[in-house]
Amino acid sequence: MSNFFTKNRELTQKLGFSLLTLMTLLTVIPIIGVVIYIIAQGAPAISWEFITGFPRDGMREGGILPAIIGTFYLTLGTAIFSVPLGIAAAIYLSEYAAENRLTRLIRLAIINLAGIPSVVYGLFGLGLFVLFLKFRTSMLSASLTLSIMTLPVIISTAEEALRAVPQSFRTVSISLGGTRWQTIRRTVLPQALPGIITGVILGLERAAGETAPILFTGAAFFLPRLPHSPFDATMALPYHLFVISTQVPEMPIKIQYGTALVLLVFVLGMNVIATFIRSRARAKRQW
Amino acid sequence: MVKRMNKIVIENLTLKYTDGTESLNGISLNIVANATTVLFGPAGGGKSSLLRCLNRLNDLADVESVSGRILLDGVDILDPKTDVIALRRKVGMVFARPVVLPFSIRGNLTYGLELAGENRKSRHDEAIERSLKLAALWEEVHDRLDEPAIALSGGQQQRLCLARSLALEPEVVLLDEPTSGLDPISTSKVEAALHELKKLYTVVLVPHSVQQAARTSDYAAFFLQGKLIEYAPGTDIFTNPQTQRTEDYVTGRFG
Repeated sequence: MSNFFTKNRELTQKLGFSLLTLMTLLTVIPIIGVVIYIIAQGAPAISWEFITGFPRDGMREGGILPAIIGTFYLTLGTAIFSVPLGIAAAIYLSEYAAENRLTRLIRLAIINLAGIPSVVYGLFGLGLFVLFLKFRTSMLSASLTLSIMTLPVIISTAEEALRAVPQSFRTVSISLGGTRWQTIRRTVLPQALPGIITGVILGLERAAGETAPILFTGAAFFLPRLPHSPFDATMALPYHLFVISTQVPEMPIKIQYGTALVLLVFVLGMNVIATFIRSRARAKRQW
Repeated sequence: MVKRMNKIVIENLTLKYTDGTESLNGISLNIVANATTVLFGPAGGGKSSLLRCLNRLNDLADVESVSGRILLDGVDILDPKTDVIALRRKVGMVFARPVVLPFSIRGNLTYGLELAGENRKSRHDEAIERSLKLAALWEEVHDRLDEPAIALSGGQQQRLCLARSLALEPEVVLLDEPTSGLDPISTSKVEAALHELKKLYTVVLVPHSVQQAARTSDYAAFFLQGKLIEYAPGTDIFTNPQTQRTEDYVTGRFG
C-alpha cells in the first residue's frame, strides 16, 4: 500500500519536472526561432556594400550605412545625456536621500516613467524638443527623447547595484576618516560599476531598437548623406526597417531581413557585452 | 596603581534612538590614557553605543538625541563644530566582524592615508610595516601585500582591520568585540597585540566574554541596560565587585 503511494509520488514528481522543462523550452524556442529565421532570410543580403554603401534605387538596392551610422549616433547621444544624469540620480537616491515623502514620490515617478508607452515619449519629444525648444527634427531632439525613455532603466538598475554594495564597507570607510563622497568615489562606486554598466547597456540597447520615440523627433525617411551636426535629422535602423517594410512598394525581401539582421546584431551585441561584463565582475567580486 | 592621565572624560552622557529605545542613561566615565578600558555587560547594555559615540560613528545611526559631554583631551567632541573627519582619524575603530575592503592587503592599509591626502609611497611603506608589526601580522603577510585581503583567514583579516586603523596613527583605538568570530589561537594573537598597543595608544575594548574582560582590562566598566553600574580597576572589579549585580554577572549568575 505504502509502496504504491511512493511510486505514485515519484511518478508525479517526474511528470511535474518534465512539464516544467517543457514550459521552459517553450519560452526559448520562439526566441531561437526568430533569430534563426532572421539570419536565414537576412544573411544573403549581407555584403560589404550593404554595410558600407548608401541606399540606391528608392532604397531597393545598395546599402544601409546611413541607418547604421544614424543608430550609432542616436545611441551615443542618448548615452551622453542619460548616463551621467541616471548615475547621478541613482547615487543621490541610494547614498544621500533620506527615506521620506519626496524620495518615495521620485521612485514612484521613475517606476511610472518606465511604464509609459514609447510612442507617448515620441509625442512628448515632439512637443518639448522639436517645437518648444526649436531643436527641429534632429538627432539632438531624438537623443533627448530616447534619454528620457532610458533614464528610468538606468536609474533603477544603478540604484540597485549601489545598494548591493555591503553597508559595512561604507561604515568602515567613514570610520577611517572618509567623507561621504570619498566613500562613494573610492569604495562604493567601483564595486557597483559592473552592475551600473550592465544597466546602462541594457537601457541603451532598448533605445537603439526603438522606433516610436524617434518617429516624430529625429528620424528621416531617406537621406542621401550622413548627418554632420546634432541638428541634422538622421536615418536609423529601426525606422528604416519600418519604412522599407511598409512604405516602399516592390521592396526585395532580403533587404528587409538584412536590415533586421544588422539591427539584431547591433542590439544582441550590446547584450552580449553586458552579460560578459556582469559575469566577469561576479567572478572577480570580493564580497 | 600610579595616578594616570585621563584621555577621555565622559560627563552625563544620555543617548536616545529614534525608535524610542534609550540606549545610554547618564553615563559618566573617565578613560585613562595608555591603558585598556573594557566596557562589559550583557547584550543591549549600551557598550557599543558608547563606543560609537567616541568617534561619532553614531551620527550614521537613527539617533534622536544626545546630551552630555565627551571630552577628548579636554575638547568636547559632541560639539556640532567638531571636525568629525579629523576626530575619526584620531579615534580608530575595529568592528566585531572583520570587514576588509575589496582591495589588496596594501590597499586596505593605505586607504585611510589616501583619504587624508597622504599619497607618498615612502610614508605608505612606513605605515604598512609599522601597523602590521603592531597588529602581529607582519610576519604572515609582508611578502604578499598585493594579494586580495579577502584571501586572508578570518583571524588575519581581523588583525588587518586593526592594522588598518593603526596605519592612521590614532590616539585612541576602539574595539567592538573584535574576537567574537575568531578561534582561540587568533583571539590570543589579537589580545597579545592589544597588550602591546596600550603602550602607544589608549584602548577601549568591548570584550566578547567576561573572561576576556578579566584578561585584558586595566580598567573595567560594567554596563546594564544603558546604565553604568560599576567602574573600577580590572583587578578590583573581577575579584572584589562592589555591587551585587556586578558580582552576579562576573560570577556567571546571569548574562
